[in-house]
Amino acid sequence: MRVQYVLQEIGQGLRRNLTMVIAVIVSTAVALVMLGSGLLMWQQTLHMQDYWYGKVEVSVFMCNQEEVGRYPNCQTAITDAQKQTIHDTLVRTPHVQTVTYENQLQAFQHYQQMEAGSALAQDSTVNDMQDSFRVKLDNPNDAQIVEGAVNGLPGVQSVQDEQQLLKPLFTFIHIAEYTAVSVAAIMLVLAFLLIFNTVRLSAFSRRRETGIMRLVGASNFYIQMPFLLEGAVAGLAGGVVASVILVGVKAFFINHVVAPHLTSVQFIGWSPFAWIVPSLLIVGVLMSVLASAFTLRKYLRV
Amino acid sequence: MSRLPPDGDATVIRFENVSKTYPNQARPALREMSLEIERGEFVFVIGSSGSGKSTFMRLILREERPSTGRVVVAGKDLNKLSNWKLPHHRRLIGTVFQDFRLLPNKTVYQNVAFALEVIGRPKGQIVKVVPEVLELVGLAGKEERMPNELSGGEQQRVAVARAFVNRPMILIADEPTGNLDPETSVGIMKLLDRINRTGTTVVMVTHDQAIVNQMRKRVLELDQGTLVRDQARGVYGYVR
Repeated sequence: MRVQYVLQEIGQGLRRNLTMVIAVIVSTAVALVMLGSGLLMWQQTLHMQDYWYGKVEVSVFMCNQEEVGRYPNCQTAITDAQKQTIHDTLVRTPHVQTVTYENQLQAFQHYQQMEAGSALAQDSTVNDMQDSFRVKLDNPNDAQIVEGAVNGLPGVQSVQDEQQLLKPLFTFIHIAEYTAVSVAAIMLVLAFLLIFNTVRLSAFSRRRETGIMRLVGASNFYIQMPFLLEGAVAGLAGGVVASVILVGVKAFFINHVVAPHLTSVQFIGWSPFAWIVPSLLIVGVLMSVLASAFTLRKYLRV
Repeated sequence: MSRLPPDGDATVIRFENVSKTYPNQARPALREMSLEIERGEFVFVIGSSGSGKSTFMRLILREERPSTGRVVVAGKDLNKLSNWKLPHHRRLIGTVFQDFRLLPNKTVYQNVAFALEVIGRPKGQIVKVVPEVLELVGLAGKEERMPNELSGGEQQRVAVARAFVNRPMILIADEPTGNLDPETSVGIMKLLDRINRTGTTVVMVTHDQAIVNQMRKRVLELDQGTLVRDQARGVYGYVR
């Protein structure tokens, strides 16, 4: 195969069809920006999930002197024997990772810290607090297990699943994730169609040459190569443009503008880019080459 | 280097009971055609429009497949030729057309070299062979001209050079003198005759009575898809 000939043909092809090549690059870039954004959003949601899941726990509050008589399981203030039973039950419950004990005094100190300066803090005493077990699960979705295990036990005043509080947030995150990925997929299809059409126009405008090539006995490979490589170059350029845009958005917009103001959201770092950028480049090239090959099969009748 | 059919077989083209009907057409383009053309022959194919001349050519090039029968070129049954071997088959056949079919954006030299480049010939070989062929067709010195700067006759010579540069076994000419005046036509015919004498089989479709009558080569006459005459040293009309 003559490399020089092929390179010459690619150069000529790119020059003659410059507007079309630019169209391919732009549409590939747009599609890949959408795809990249979708992937980054997805990574962002996973990141946030990890963060929040790590924070949630189930709290088992036990009866103190004030609750006696007010709750069915609170006949007396919590006894050591009851504590032990509850602890053992918790430890044996499946999916439970850690069980931490917090007594009234510790709860009081935490409370003072959190509500420092408020009227509630000043008025409350140690006896207002409850002993509790803080239970960490390996999968936050299994919180009901804890409730089911200890709810009827004597000394258990209530079981609170913190994950319920965060449910709306998680729902929102999931919806955002699916939306992002769906939009990216649609953009990919649209870009493929646009590239397909552009390559078709290019092949059609060169049908005189390709007709003579067929007549003269050029192998299919030789006839297709310039188109495939043109497509690959344009697709790669589109991928590069898309990557630059995404990196730019992350560096300037997110890091300097948004993050300082939205401190409650944990933004992803640079690590996802390590696999997203190469993926975009590969997808760009692959999409263009596939579109080219498919067009040629259909319209060149080789 | 000329491509010869397998030893012991002097037949380069053989049609065995070939019929061809195009889809959506009632009348067959070719009916039960059987003939043999041997290496080194010069054959005219004549007939009115619609007689099947183009179909005949396309079957040899395998641009179409016969509806029934076999076409055998250089010992190979074209029905059994796989798609990826098709380019190789086409390299055995040089083609010249009535409308020249040159690439308008390439020079004379580049047009001829194109035929060698696209089949992967090394540059060293191309640089040697192309000037030789251009000299053979009488265009030495015109390598850098563009097709639109040439006369009809010169453009056809470029086409012949391109068809011949690969030293094919068969040269097919589809009305090569159709767009040329009688004098220029004679020049082209002399060229084709010269090429024929190097051992290349020449099959030429034509309407040109004068040329057929003058050259007295084998004549195949087609009428509405049927081979009605196969005459050695024939003339255009029937000899009364």
